[in-house]
Amino acid sequence: MAETVFFYLLSLIMLGAALSVALNRHPIYSVLSLLVVMGCLACLFVMLGAFFVAALQVLLYAGAVLVLFLFVVMLLNLEPEALARVQVFTIRAAGTLAALVLLSYLLRLIRPLDGQPTLASLPAPGGDVESLGRLLFTTYVLPFELTSFLILAAIVGAVTLGKPSPDEQDQRCQTPFPLRDDRAKGV
Amino acid sequence: MITLTHYLVASALLFTIGLAGIMTRRNIIMILLSIEIMFNAANLAFVAYARAWGDLGGQICAFFIITVAAAEVTVGLAIAILLARQLKTLHADEVRLMKW
Repeated sequence: MAETVFFYLLSLIMLGAALSVALNRHPIYSVLSLLVVMGCLACLFVMLGAFFVAALQVLLYAGAVLVLFLFVVMLLNLEPEALARVQVFTIRAAGTLAALVLLSYLLRLIRPLDGQPTLASLPAPGGDVESLGRLLFTTYVLPFELTSFLILAAIVGAVTLGKPSPDEQDQRCQTPFPLRDDRAKGV
Repeated sequence: MITLTHYLVASALLFTIGLAGIMTRRNIIMILLSIEIMFNAANLAFVAYARAWGDLGGQICAFFIITVAAAEVTVGLAIAILLARQLKTLHADEVRLMKW
């Protein structure tokens, strides 16, 4: 009973916040709505027994990825999107239509409700840190090590992309006082 | 009374909302944000199946999805900042230097 109430409440809040992310004109409100989505998702993960994944969702996703988005939105100082013109209205209608077509396909794939066991009756797989850690270091050790390469590549890529262009760098590296001539000649 | 189907329908709806966001938004940062919604929808489906089948592999996959999404957002936002610096705009239609 409590599970039903919590599920519907969390799902409604989550979907409402997702709609706000997709439709809001102010970029900062979109980012903050995504924070609400991730919070509701973490609660749903806890209801599903995935405690480690829920903690990671809050720590990594909401705590790192979203903060990155917030920094970029505030750094770039994005303005609210302009009011709709006819062209934008066509794009929006086409996009919504395509999304609804995809939704119909997805809903057809999901098996109907009758005869399905409730999730509370099934044995919980125990998503605590120890069992997940055991799996990560035995069965899934290869993807685990590969993600370290991925993160290294992402860091190197982000730093390289964020570096200023060479002429900017020369200007910045110039010493505040000019060197003496004999030192410049290498004497 | 909550079955697997409930969670899958929620995941499908979330995925669709993310897709609608990608296709209707013209700002590059907002498109990246809608991609994050789609990642989260897939995460929900994975964890729901992990619960339904008693298999922890779904939660492991969700763990990797979170990690990969973090790496991708890092590089994606760096590219977006570079675009904003070069083109002075973040409108997706203005990115057409490589068009013939």
